Amino acid sequence: MTDVEETLKRIQSHKGVIGTMVVNAEGIPIRTTLDNSTTVQYAGLLHHLTMKAKSTVRDIDPQNDLTFLRIRSKKHEIMVAPDKEYLLIVIQNPCE
Amino acid sequence: MLPASAKAPHKQPHKQSISIGRGTRKRDEDSGTEVGEGTDEWAQSKATVRPPDQLELTDTELKEEFTRILTANNPHAPQNIVRYSFKEGTYKPIGFVNQLAVHYTQVGNLIPKDSDEGRRQHYRDELVAVSYQGSQESVKVISETGNLEEDEEPKELETEPGSQTDVPAAGAAEKVTEEELMTPKQPKERKLTNQFNFSERASQTYNNPVRDRECQTEPPPRTNFSATANQWEIYDAYVEELEKQEKTKEKEKAKTPVAKKSGKMAMRKLTSMESQTDDLIKLSQAAKIMERMVNQNTYDDIAQDFKYYDDAADEYRDQVGTLLPLWKFQNDKAKRLSVTALCWNPKYRDLFAVGYGSYDFMKQSRGMLLLYSLKNPSFPEYMFSSNSGVMCLDIHVDHPYLVAVGHYDGNVAIYNLKKPHSQPSFCSSAKSGKHSDPVWQVKWQKDDMDQNLNFFSVSSDGRIVSWTLVKRKLVHVDVIKLKVEGSTTEVPEGLQLHPVGCGTAFDFHKEIDYMFLVGTEEGRIYKCSKSYSSQFLDTYDAHNMSVDTVSWNPYHTKVFMSCSSDWTVKIWDHTIKTPMFIYDLNSAVGDVAWAPYSSTVFAAVTTDGKAYIFDLAINKYEAICIQPVAAKKNRLTHVQFNLIHPIIIVGDDRGHIISLKLSPNLRKMPKDNLSQRHLESHGLFPLPLWVSGHSSQPWEKKGQEVQKGPAVEIAKLDKLLNLVREVKIKT
Repeated sequence: MTDVEETLKRIQSHKGVIGTMVVNAEGIPIRTTLDNSTTVQYAGLLHHLTMKAKSTVRDIDPQNDLTFLRIRSKKHEIMVAPDKEYLLIVIQNPCE
Repeated sequence: MLPASAKAPHKQPHKQSISIGRGTRKRDEDSGTEVGEGTDEWAQSKATVRPPDQLELTDTELKEEFTRILTANNPHAPQNIVRYSFKEGTYKPIGFVNQLAVHYTQVGNLIPKDSDEGRRQHYRDELVAVSYQGSQESVKVISETGNLEEDEEPKELETEPGSQTDVPAAGAAEKVTEEELMTPKQPKERKLTNQFNFSERASQTYNNPVRDRECQTEPPPRTNFSATANQWEIYDAYVEELEKQEKTKEKEKAKTPVAKKSGKMAMRKLTSMESQTDDLIKLSQAAKIMERMVNQNTYDDIAQDFKYYDDAADEYRDQVGTLLPLWKFQNDKAKRLSVTALCWNPKYRDLFAVGYGSYDFMKQSRGMLLLYSLKNPSFPEYMFSSNSGVMCLDIHVDHPYLVAVGHYDGNVAIYNLKKPHSQPSFCSSAKSGKHSDPVWQVKWQKDDMDQNLNFFSVSSDGRIVSWTLVKRKLVHVDVIKLKVEGSTTEVPEGLQLHPVGCGTAFDFHKEIDYMFLVGTEEGRIYKCSKSYSSQFLDTYDAHNMSVDTVSWNPYHTKVFMSCSSDWTVKIWDHTIKTPMFIYDLNSAVGDVAWAPYSSTVFAAVTTDGKAYIFDLAINKYEAICIQPVAAKKNRLTHVQFNLIHPIIIVGDDRGHIISLKLSPNLRKMPKDNLSQRHLESHGLFPLPLWVSGHSSQPWEKKGQEVQKGPAVEIAKLDKLLNLVREVKIKT
């Protein structure tokens, strides 16, 4: 197994992590540990948000780029790591 | 009709005056008004009108006769013309000036009879006349015209050529042209028809039906394309363009067709491989960051403590400090192994290397080299495994990706972190001069004169070896063979056996390059020089058991420290044979380390699971912090201070590494301490934020006092040493 696979496995098995998913550049989920409907919803919404965030950062300074996006809500934390072609989304419950 | 050129003398233009009186009458031929005698009576009724500006002339002048001559000259023609002659290069007058003046021209359509065109027409007319002999009318016409022509032609000849407009001649000409036009038509229309039963029959052919043929193609496929033109899209486009240009430049530079082919082959292979694991490999960066974030969330409180927590209770504790446990690093694969070496990375301050092996002579198994980052406590960044236990390691200062490792089986190896294969990049072997006993310590040295990397290793087999990386191979040079002094046993035949001393630790002087200390299993410390391979500069009878660690003070160039399994930690001045300070810690001391921020602070770990922190400036006799760090069963094997953060890592023999934060009491400095410069000079930049004593803005004092930094630290230690020395001298 490649390093990346192992890393993803570790992340999934980490304490408090609810789910992980990998979304491609068009917002279509490639890999997920959650059920389909949730995945599709998360993928679509977060994809737009990430694009918007990226656009914002780069508009201000084109040499800058978005590295990470964290949305902390009451119930849990959604973390988005954008990549050139993919989006890695992890939902974690940080308190316990 | 030639103009009459009146050559009048140059006078003012004379005006007409009709003077009706019986006086003188003026005759002006130009005006054309001839006043005859018969008009005298008629003119008398009129009164003479004299314009007011009429010229006043005397009678004689009035009677003066002016002659006017009519000539055939053109008054507008120039009187003399000069032309430039290129032959002679001067202007030459032309004698004859053309006096012709044309008043009226009209282009006519009369052709002279004798010219080509005239003859042609005449010939044509004759032809027509011949062909028309059948029909009378045409013949008559022609004959008439022919007569007319004949009559007219002589007249035409008589008339002047060129510009005469004679009406009858024109009429004849018109007739001729009309008939010319008519004559070519007539032969076409002539048709022989039967007078008796001629019937005209006509038929119409069938018109082919007109058919329309069409074909329709599919409309070209259309897609809608829309994009936004943001600042960054424009920037990206430019960057891409730049990269393309650079690539083409590189391709031009490196032109080898063979290489290109092989490159293409390699590329094909790569692409086929990549398509399989394509999607996920690209995620590696994102996955790494994500893992760290997840960990940060989980260990959020620890991260906060690490950054911000300072034990407030220290103010009330009298010069005693505590260690706050932070992250704990452990890995399943390294569970049974002991931590045998710890080293912080000099460049990436959150990265540290851990060597795993076993100190137990009987239970020797594999070894591991793990590199952890503080940002991810749950999994190491790099993992290497080896057959033999790792006993020591060192990371190169200039090349933070090179790790030198010494093994239990006597081999040394260099791992390159940039190429994370499990195998070391370079390894020594039995052939290439490995040690015959475990390698206890390795240390990188500065590059030698040929810019080759080199490091030293010390082992129980008594050899201190310098390894140089020459052209991808490890070459070894024995620097010193440790001998046990003063114990040459004499064998009957006069041979002198020199039992070999076993080196267990060494340390190089920070400033004096060639000087280094070696600790041995017998408990002695030798001061050696790289240049003298047989003799020691000095010997210290340090301990009763083997010396585990020797370490020079980072500030004071004369002071070093040693620890041993005989429960003691000793601090020495290398010029004096006896130690300055001795500390008994009730248990075998695994390791000691000087703090990078102060010359008087050091840490020691013992096998009963306790960590000791000493600050000589505060308390010369006791530790200011004694804290059990691990369970009592666990023996602590190594300790290291982080260069910028106020944390220490402690390794134990169960394979755990615990990071602890030093409380403020443990990192005190005198108020005007400016050891920043010293820290800088030793490569400990960026400055630790907390280095400056009590001031909250450490950089305030930076620029003010320049050279005081290390001096303060040294002075601090010197004071203490002097006190001790005085005591010694007295005793």
